[in-house]
Amino acid sequence: MPHIALPPDLPGIRGAMAFRPETARPLNALVEVLLTGPNTLSRGERELIATYVSSRNCTHYCHSIHGMIAAAHLGGDEALVKQVKTDFMQAAISPKMKALLTIAGKVQQDGKLVTAADVEAARKQDATDIEIHDTVLIAAAFCMYNRYVDGLGTDQPDDEALYRERGRRVARDGYVTVSEEYLANHAHAAH
Amino acid sequence: MAHINLPEGFPGISAGFTFRPETAKPMRALAHVLLHEANSLTPGERELIAAYVSSRNGCYFCQASHAAAASCHLGDAAVVEQVKTDFLSAPVSEKLKALLKIAGKVQQDGKLVTPADVEAARKQGATDIEIHDTVLIAAAFCMFNRYVDGLGTWQPRNPEMYAQMGRHLADEGYKEPSIRRPVEVNA
Repeated sequence: MPHIALPPDLPGIRGAMAFRPETARPLNALVEVLLTGPNTLSRGERELIATYVSSRNCTHYCHSIHGMIAAAHLGGDEALVKQVKTDFMQAAISPKMKALLTIAGKVQQDGKLVTAADVEAARKQDATDIEIHDTVLIAAAFCMYNRYVDGLGTDQPDDEALYRERGRRVARDGYVTVSEEYLANHAHAAH
Repeated sequence: MAHINLPEGFPGISAGFTFRPETAKPMRALAHVLLHEANSLTPGERELIAAYVSSRNGCYFCQASHAAAASCHLGDAAVVEQVKTDFLSAPVSEKLKALLKIAGKVQQDGKLVTPADVEAARKQGATDIEIHDTVLIAAAFCMFNRYVDGLGTWQPRNPEMYAQMGRHLADEGYKEPSIRRPVEVNA
């Protein structure tokens, strides 16, 4: 049960966002820029970074939904997503992505663990400064989203099908559009 | 030296914000709502939560700038230092102590927050929105801190620079940059 009176019908971050639309708007705007905005990293690649960090933080809701969004962008390849969660070095992803995931994994622990050698290794695989920047910020941002979802004790269902269906919608429509429905429906109920 | 080609002379998060305005905008907006807009927790109390979490994450730039902002709001630098080192013995309200305890758990892992922690805050009069905002401030600073450290930003040890930033943050909030041009300080 959530620690505070969140709307009962909205799992994970959605309940928290509906509870507090004032903070939901910048939270959605940030994830929209990071994961769906114009970028040389594909949407699938960026969702894999979000999924990997959420998996390391053991936040069931976030790694499940972002895993399914990633899969939707990657032709439905859920096996690849699972492989990235469990052991990305063995996954069928580019060496550049592996170098970026190494950086993301360090940021997940502590930003100070990122070394010049980690960054150099990513550059050798042609990562640009913006790609490195965005990797660091995606990893950092999911350390926020994950703690937000866990720290409020939100409802995090087990049903994979629920995440799969939702993942396809978010992959298609983006975060801000999908958020409008629950922000509009709950803005008055919460306050 | 920073890990990527950040603009010269911009300390801490101002370098990341200047490098990538597209992500700076929602990050500023989030900080502004959480720390500056109207709230039943005072701006000083919310800056204390930010400074405390940043201190626990060992992020020099963030803890120094938010400690400076808290000092401006509270007119008391000693209480801010006390909160960073041992908040239970600091002259802050019992409610804020209960909220700082929740913030410290979120800083480690949100799953560590227990119903008893939340109940203890409620007993001191904390509302659901105050508990929500405490969790989100703590979570958000786990982002800001990692962003600042993960890019290897320049974090000068210059009290005067942080005092000036703190003044700006306390007066104006987060919508506009507190650092608008490269600064020259002895790092």
